[in-house]
Amino acid sequence: MSKFQGVDYYNIDDHFSEEELLIRTTVREFVEDNVLPIIEKHYEAGTFPSDLIPKMAELGLFGPTLPQRYGCAEVNNVAYGLMMQELERGDSGVRSFASVQSGLVMYPIYTFGSEEQKDYWLPKLASGEKIGCFGLTEPDYGSNPGGMITRAEKRGGAFVLNGAKMWITNGSIADVAVVWAKLDGEIRGFLVEKGTKGFEAPEMRGKHSLRASVTSELVFQDCEIPESNLLPKSGGLKSPLMCLTQARYGIAWGALGSAMACYDTALRYSQSRIQFGKPIASFQMIQEKLVHMLTEITKAQLMCLQLGRLKDQGKAKFTQVSMAKRNNVYHALEIARMAREILGANGILNEYPIMRHSANLESVKTYEGTHEMHTLIIGEDITGIGAFA
Amino acid sequence: MKLAVCISHVPDTATKITIGADGKSIDTTGVNYIIGPYDEYAIEAALRLKEKMTGEVVVISLGGDAHKESLRKALAMGADKAVLLKDASPRDSFSVARAVADYLKEFSPDITFFGKQAVDYDNSAVGLMVAEMLGLPSAAVVVKFEVKDGSLLAEREIEGGHEVVEVKLPAVLTMQKGEYEPRYPSLKGIMAAKSKPIEERQPSASSPKVEILSMLKPPPKPAGKIVGTDASAVPELVRLLHEEAKVI
Repeated sequence: MSKFQGVDYYNIDDHFSEEELLIRTTVREFVEDNVLPIIEKHYEAGTFPSDLIPKMAELGLFGPTLPQRYGCAEVNNVAYGLMMQELERGDSGVRSFASVQSGLVMYPIYTFGSEEQKDYWLPKLASGEKIGCFGLTEPDYGSNPGGMITRAEKRGGAFVLNGAKMWITNGSIADVAVVWAKLDGEIRGFLVEKGTKGFEAPEMRGKHSLRASVTSELVFQDCEIPESNLLPKSGGLKSPLMCLTQARYGIAWGALGSAMACYDTALRYSQSRIQFGKPIASFQMIQEKLVHMLTEITKAQLMCLQLGRLKDQGKAKFTQVSMAKRNNVYHALEIARMAREILGANGILNEYPIMRHSANLESVKTYEGTHEMHTLIIGEDITGIGAFA
Repeated sequence: MKLAVCISHVPDTATKITIGADGKSIDTTGVNYIIGPYDEYAIEAALRLKEKMTGEVVVISLGGDAHKESLRKALAMGADKAVLLKDASPRDSFSVARAVADYLKEFSPDITFFGKQAVDYDNSAVGLMVAEMLGLPSAAVVVKFEVKDGSLLAEREIEGGHEVVEVKLPAVLTMQKGEYEPRYPSLKGIMAAKSKPIEERQPSASSPKVEILSMLKPPPKPAGKIVGTDASAVPELVRLLHEEAKVI
């Protein structure tokens, strides 16, 4: 089968700069050569393809928007988005890895960390020498993270953490966890290193989605960390929510990648699959599906492009990020299911990427803010009335 | 060391080619262009040599502004400087080689790399023509090489095996797939390439020696033949493959 040539019905490529396009091409080729040949095997085995970590680091895919002095590429947000799109065309789990490392670990250390913390951690995280995870969600506090139970207590020159986090991407393989806990009633960020006494990160099993990604619990039992591990500039629920805005931005682009993979597969399949003596692409109901898929992809592309430009100008509102995440994941999932219908029985085989994307997107739809929570975030913004909390 | 890499800007090998209305050029609508795949081995070979011995890698292409995209990618991979011999008009291998040789005479690199062939016209001509025009030794279809003082040992692919040759520097190499699997440009490399110069030059003019009269698509494949649908057809299939198709 010939290579994926991208989806660009509206000549949106004209709006990307030369280096944005080169970054997209590079990551696309990287995914084509390194992710697609191995991903089904890992998905089936339920393992993360950790061989990809040094390769992704060498390309500069971790914390790429951060300053060069930390070993990062300092690309703009549109280039970052295109990179996420291509990674997720490979697999949502692979994109999630990069999202967490960049948006949920490097970003909070860069934004809320001390100079020492930044100088120590950022170059190591950029080079893939160290892996990070982000602990906010708890077993009983998902959409309502402000209710978290995890506590930090100051004892002498140290902080002692108690509590548990759940659904933590990269948890078991992380060298450092950015953990959110209440200190005297206020949510603060703490760095907890792997191997710290009283800290365990067991992997969660039994997932039917994001199988090529590590998901863990983080358990803190009188876990003592040095005072210097507090992220000094963090304070309140706003801090972790700022991180989520970064991650959601990446997801908005990433979902496009999954959608493109499904659309491209369905289009090619429909042109070569013969029923009743002609390609199924010649049937009106198939064409209607393909057109719907392409139209939703095009709308999502335009939304991402404008959101990225706003973000680069420092003007993107978190509610706008919510809209793109909500819309693009919703339609990516719809497109994955439609693609599966076009492929019929073949759609469930691992010979095609459809079922994997479809199952992955079920998680992507509810993680980093459920579809419903994003609805209410935007609803509150436009009406001035909060319908939750 | 001064290292030059001459690259072509060619249609992506995955592109479906259609012949243009004039019947002697391709229709470029919607065609995606890339660095010639063999030229990428040339870039990688030069970059690795530079990393080992220090020096400068200059990447050169002859063509219109569109070629800057490929030059920029070579800069992102790690080349130091790019030169566009700017002329978008169609040229034959000879007139390309003449212009490149005239530029290289002035730049005088220690080693000039080409891909073994551009994958558009497939002439495999320019690199070796340039070597002849400059009176330099050359090695073609090189899979691996090693620089010794004042010369280099090149391992080249020949029918059924490999051959090792020694050439004195300065020299011209045309590269084949082998030791030098091209790197991806890193995001940092892509950002750094923004501030690297692409110098534009007026290439020397020369009259072409070859004129393209027409382009033809290969004739459509005849329909396949089904010999049978079960094991009993195998002997007949083997006979046909042996006697008619003559492939076994």
